[in-house]
Amino acid sequence: MKRGPSAFNVASVVLGLVFLYAPIAILVVYSFNASRLVTVWGGFSTRWYVALFQDAQMLDAVWVTLRVGVISATLATAVGVAAALALTRGRFGGRTALAGGIYATLVMPEVILGLSLLLLFVSLGLPRGFWTVTLSHATLTLAYATVVVQARLAAFDRSLEEAAQDLGCPPWKAFALVTLPGIAPAVAAAWMLAFTLSLDDLVIASFTSGPGATTLPMRLYSQVRLGVDPKINAVSTLLIGLVATGVIAAYLAQQRRCRRDVLNR
Amino acid sequence: MRRDRSGLAAILPFLWLALFFAFPFLLVAKLSLSDTALAMPPYAPRIDWSQGLAGLKAFFAALDGETYARLTRDRLYLDAYLSSLRIAATGTGLLLLIGYPIAYGISRCPPAMRQALVMAVILPFWTSFLIRIYAWIAILKPAGLLNAALGALGLPPVDILNTETAVLLGLVYAYLPFMVLPLYAVLEKQDESLIEAAQDLGATPLSAFWRVTFPLSIPGAAAGALLCFIPMAGEFVIPDLLGGSETLMLGRVIWTEFFANRDWPAASAVAIVLLATLVVPILLFERQQAKVLRG
Repeated sequence: MKRGPSAFNVASVVLGLVFLYAPIAILVVYSFNASRLVTVWGGFSTRWYVALFQDAQMLDAVWVTLRVGVISATLATAVGVAAALALTRGRFGGRTALAGGIYATLVMPEVILGLSLLLLFVSLGLPRGFWTVTLSHATLTLAYATVVVQARLAAFDRSLEEAAQDLGCPPWKAFALVTLPGIAPAVAAAWMLAFTLSLDDLVIASFTSGPGATTLPMRLYSQVRLGVDPKINAVSTLLIGLVATGVIAAYLAQQRRCRRDVLNR
Repeated sequence: MRRDRSGLAAILPFLWLALFFAFPFLLVAKLSLSDTALAMPPYAPRIDWSQGLAGLKAFFAALDGETYARLTRDRLYLDAYLSSLRIAATGTGLLLLIGYPIAYGISRCPPAMRQALVMAVILPFWTSFLIRIYAWIAILKPAGLLNAALGALGLPPVDILNTETAVLLGLVYAYLPFMVLPLYAVLEKQDESLIEAAQDLGATPLSAFWRVTFPLSIPGAAAGALLCFIPMAGEFVIPDLLGGSETLMLGRVIWTEFFANRDWPAASAVAIVLLATLVVPILLFERQQAKVLRG
């Protein structure tokens, strides 16, 4: 028999979730505060959203960030699928080295990554800007994409792909037509995660960016240093809403799929 | 049997990591042996390729450990080093204390609820890190929400923004999902019948927990601790926004040397010292992950 959760178990989970969500909730609520002060509730207002959409610098930063995010996430996912494939199936000498590189990027402090990438671009003579940030973000998020795809690939039944090959399909085609559709949800999740991490990164962008390529976190950081500004709450709320919608939709779609699979069986 | 060519897929990621991850570390190491210079980029020596081999020789002859010697002469760097390790270690300890009951609680819930709860723990991680730390400024500042709440309860106000306490709070807040998930992964897999066996043999629930559940969850605790400790030791955003000027951490030192002082060799030398300190935890983490991979 399975024992249910004790009162202590329930209390720890509830308190933990309150701790995780209370600051976010406060941030969202105060983005609709008419007053500039955090402790004073001046009534409901959308004035900070209006102010936000009149802030050309902020909108420009949002646009840069989205482009960096899309391109770097796509690069990271493509290389990440290859890395995951090599790690789960490959039998080659450098396997440990590749795995080592991937896990090292995963935990490496961002200041070290940022500094080392900057020195690379300087020594290659590349001018810092949009593309240097994009390549750096792809490097940062590559490890996360690999881990997500690898988990799915390890659980994927290989006999289908082998059957396709036995029927005369070349290996790359068997992979593209059989395995890739099978691991598509993981590839999509990897892309989402890479995109979100790129959207979020301040440290690496600060090191590797140049004039004309200021990302949203860089803009937010310079504003935050000047003090609490309700406009930041507004932009944060929009970001949180966007990401939460995406993640929850993906989660529900996956749940529905699972249920359908169970019913079909 | 067919020959497996999956290893070929490794070529692209290999080249990528070699160019964007491994090679740059050599550059950091090289720069840490260089001197600052009034030039752009602000360091010397640089390799003079027009001189051929002689230029390369002159370049290597000019590298020295002067930057490291400079670091040892200034007490600030040692203090920053020690407090980085202390803060990261304290943060990891707090995360274990706070994360364990949460992970354990989730693993005791009915299976249908567990999925949703795990999701709820991960979701904040998907929202901006910078924004979540920024949210704490409004809560902790002297005229902020925490003091307003304390005042309403008739309690004296606290002033913890710009102290180490605030940094620890921020670290625990930001890294909590990274501690809960690995712990949950081991606790969820645990066989219920082990606890029942222990209790049938006369163990109280508490001693069954201490002598069965807890020892079996140590790999998860180790994974979570390493996953948090390593990046926390080099953390920049949290000490910068919540720690004020008195909280010294290496991530901030690297940032300041680089952006404010334009001292690239010093920033590189500090990065090398931090990296050298983290090599052992990183290798431990990799061994752990390799074990998980093999199942």
